[in-house]
Amino acid sequence: MSVTERTAGRVALRHWGWIAAAAVAWVGLFVANEWVWDRLVFDVLGLEGRLGAAVHFFLFDTGKILLLLTAVVFAAAVLRSFVSPERTRALLGGRRQGLGNLAAAGLGVATPFCSCSAVPLFIGFVAAGVPLGITMSFLIASPMVNEVAVVLLWGTFGWRVAMAYMGFGLVIAVVAGLVIGRLGLERWVEPFVYEVKAVSVAEGARPSWAERSSMGRAEVRSIVGRVWPFLVIAIAVGAVIHGWVPEDFFVRYAGPSNPFAVPIAVLLGIPLYSNAAGVIPLIEALAAKGLALGTVLAFAMAVVALSLPEMILLRRVLRPRLLGTFIGVVGVGIVAAGYLFNAIF
Amino acid sequence: MGVHIKVLGPGCYNCQTLESLVRDAVQTLGIDATVEEVTDYAAIASYGVMRTPALVIDDTVFLSGRVPNRDEVRRIIEGLGR
Repeated sequence: MSVTERTAGRVALRHWGWIAAAAVAWVGLFVANEWVWDRLVFDVLGLEGRLGAAVHFFLFDTGKILLLLTAVVFAAAVLRSFVSPERTRALLGGRRQGLGNLAAAGLGVATPFCSCSAVPLFIGFVAAGVPLGITMSFLIASPMVNEVAVVLLWGTFGWRVAMAYMGFGLVIAVVAGLVIGRLGLERWVEPFVYEVKAVSVAEGARPSWAERSSMGRAEVRSIVGRVWPFLVIAIAVGAVIHGWVPEDFFVRYAGPSNPFAVPIAVLLGIPLYSNAAGVIPLIEALAAKGLALGTVLAFAMAVVALSLPEMILLRRVLRPRLLGTFIGVVGVGIVAAGYLFNAIF
Repeated sequence: MGVHIKVLGPGCYNCQTLESLVRDAVQTLGIDATVEEVTDYAAIASYGVMRTPALVIDDTVFLSGRVPNRDEVRRIIEGLGR
């Protein structure tokens, strides 16, 4: 063994040591989270009633969601270092409708991107000959069914709801992509997209494990560092709803007895823009106040998949007619998923 | 002649971060370079970039889809001087 190899080995060992220590600390904090706030809010501060419930909800949820978010963002960034959009595009290039849409939706989950990359991805895919409908399946699945949404739903509503959300999200992405593909709307893509010459960029060297984990840490810093204020605000709003909004307030207007609750929730969700981390604490509080689960999940899907800012971005490459079809097809899919959810749970 | 550095991105948070890192590195290292923002989607796509932000130096894509840390940017820019 040479000196450099031995040094590299020591660095790797130290590196894995840190990861293990972080994992242990994480589990400890996660377990302690509820116990500590129970003691502090109810025993030490002696808060009761609405105020106690709201303060406890706020502290407990902030701790839980920040911990979950940190772990998921780290794990996802490490996994993502194995999947590049170039490879995804190559995989989807020769696909037919149907199976291709399914593959695109699945890869959309595995290839998350920030919303400002939606347009370059769209151009890159379409210019390289990936069919429009298949590209759409990818673009719909990626923001809606991402790791953050699934893990936060798991943490707040349990694994059955998380799995059902994931399943419905994938079905919406596949079906919407199939419908858009069948309608033959290629001429409603802005023409410059087809004029772009598809250049393939050579993939860089395969990153080492230490590099992958440093990408994970950087991602945690960047994402958690950016979303935490929004998260705290969303949880605070959730806490207020939890403590002070009367039990029957939402139920009266949007409860299970109102057949229009789901479409109304979707329409309300479209102009709002947030990622899954911001919207899930909010729907947790709404669901606790008696709103049907399908209604709040449809709201969450509309917020993450059909946001106004993203539509404005997509308008640069999609003509109004195609953009309108996209919103319509996905919106109808979300409404259907909401009704189905309410029927199942 | 100086090098031509382009930061590709539609003006999102990450793109602005990368641009300021690059300008910072160019200034501290005293490299003769021009830094330009490319926000036009057709131009971004013509480099084959699918994830923004991206860093293009003299028409070669150095990285895309992530914001590198200060040291990495400095290493890339430093390599240009030689």
